[in-house]
Amino acid sequence: MLELQGVTAGYGEFTALWDVTLTVNAGEAVAVVGPNGAGKTTLMRVISGLVPIRTGDLRLDGRSFAGRRAHEIVAHGIAHVPEGRRIFPRLTVEENLKMGGFLPASRRHYAETVGRVYDLFPVLAERRRQRAGTLSGGEQQMLAIGRALMSKPKLILLDEPSLGLAPVMVLRLFELIRRVRQEGYTILIVEQNVRQVLSLVDRAYLLEVGRIKVEGRSADLAEQDFVRKAYVGI
Amino acid sequence: MKRPLAILGLALLAVFPWLPLGPARLYILHVAILILIWGIVGTAWSLMGRFGLVSLGHGAFLGVGAYTTTLLWNFWGISPWLTTPLAVGAAVLLALVLGYPCFRFRVVGHYFALVTLALGEVIRLLIIAERDWTGGSLGLTLKDAGAFNPWAIQFADKRIFYLIALGVWLVGLWVWWRVDRSMTRSALEAIGEDETAAASIGIPVTRFKLRITLLSAGLTAVGGVLYAQYLTYLNPGVLAGIGVSLQIVFAVVLGGMYTLLGPTVGTALTIALSEYLRVAFGVKLLGMADTIYGLVLILIIIFLPAGLYGGLKELVLRRAAPARVVRAPSG
Ligand SMILES: Nc1ncnc2c1ncn2[C@@H]1O[C@H](COP(=O)(O)OP(=O)(O)OP(=O)(O)O)[C@@H](O)[C@H]1O
Ligand SMILES: [Mg+2]
Repeated sequence: MLELQGVTAGYGEFTALWDVTLTVNAGEAVAVVGPNGAGKTTLMRVISGLVPIRTGDLRLDGRSFAGRRAHEIVAHGIAHVPEGRRIFPRLTVEENLKMGGFLPASRRHYAETVGRVYDLFPVLAERRRQRAGTLSGGEQQMLAIGRALMSKPKLILLDEPSLGLAPVMVLRLFELIRRVRQEGYTILIVEQNVRQVLSLVDRAYLLEVGRIKVEGRSADLAEQDFVRKAYVGI
Repeated sequence: MKRPLAILGLALLAVFPWLPLGPARLYILHVAILILIWGIVGTAWSLMGRFGLVSLGHGAFLGVGAYTTTLLWNFWGISPWLTTPLAVGAAVLLALVLGYPCFRFRVVGHYFALVTLALGEVIRLLIIAERDWTGGSLGLTLKDAGAFNPWAIQFADKRIFYLIALGVWLVGLWVWWRVDRSMTRSALEAIGEDETAAASIGIPVTRFKLRITLLSAGLTAVGGVLYAQYLTYLNPGVLAGIGVSLQIVFAVVLGGMYTLLGPTVGTALTIALSEYLRVAFGVKLLGMADTIYGLVLILIIIFLPAGLYGGLKELVLRRAAPARVVRAPSG
């Protein structure tokens, strides 16, 4: 479904990703782990078209999307839950969800998709008229995920969803992500909680200073010193 | 607004010039026309301003609009009916040249405001530099075409101008209202809150910002054309540059940019204030008006961030429906 081939990208003079090759197959859950500043967020932003690719190719369902803008990529079925949640604090919960289904194609199915999101996250239904900025951290993360689901994506990019959440909340969140997965979504997730994320995904990549260092099935990786490696540099 | 009230207000506005206005009739009509023209410009400005796209250079669009039709009339005698679309087109093009690079390369907030500030000045200096045909800083007079000339849009009778200005003002309000009811508004609101997040959920950020900027510039140019047709005298200091650009912003901030009538109410207040100060203090205290202006504005910005009209409306609504969440303006 998603293929990156030899992708190099960065900001201005600075190169944050070097020759990154990565695939995500339909129905899979894949993790990207690595120390702070490794380029994980940059990788997610490259996939969703927010950071342009310098060299290499980005393919979705076999079609090249290199150089396309974010809205074209979202329209093709990729939804990005950005790092640090970034919901719209002054809009209500429902308005936030509405914005997630902004594209004309998703607007037509609004009632149906919003119902599904409320089924998945009942707390959002209770808070629908509340301003998003007044939600708790965990609720905001649910809203961010719900907002992404509103575009009826095939692939969801989750950038450190557990960031800044209390340990109990992190467990609950992972439970919810597992349920999202069971609904049939393909997931690419960036996480610092390496142990927990490995129990959630099929495969994982280790990114270090902009390069893919290790890749493999999560069951195998959990046994290796992968976890320790992921934290080198912290 | 309640429908019967709106209809009553409109009827009143339409027959206003025929009301017995007393000996100062012409003066009152003159001020009313000015309020309508600047109300159009303020409404146009707030189209962008309310989404955090603060332009300090709307004088540029105003000047481009006014000078385009006036020059084409003076040199070639082409009717402003034909050249107004050109004037709007020129302003829109200018906005495109300004906006596209700014939005594409994420020039936002204060930086955007500074770029627009420069634009207003550039246009003013350009008008002054091209004095051979623009009249430079001495200004430019619209060639007279008689006391009643619909083809040239020149009328000695102020009532006709009043009706024209009223019509265009209503169109401006309609545009504002359409934007307020559209997906464009939600998209721009989201962009105003968090541009990156908006982009990440697939909102074409550049396109939406550009669209509203072009709309605002075009409507401002129409205001410029009206101004030129009515006053028949153009001056780069009055129609382009920092001075007028800031006046537009002042008026809108004063009235409030989150309500349909806010910009017009603000315009009316600033015009009334400066006229009053002019009459009360005369030329003795020429700087006084600006000082009072400044003080009033600072107070408004601190205590009524939604503007005078917007703030009052909020108060009324809050009393009527305490549960209603009133959206605060973004900073
Ligand atoms: N907007 C930007 N402009 C310039 N450099 C940036 C920008 N964003 C990130 N970088 C740099 O790119 C590199 C990779 O950053 P990135 O945010 O992708 O890392 P990360 O793996 O997500 O880190 P973290 O785990 O802390 O979220 C860092 O060196 C960072 O300083
Ligand atoms: Mg990151």
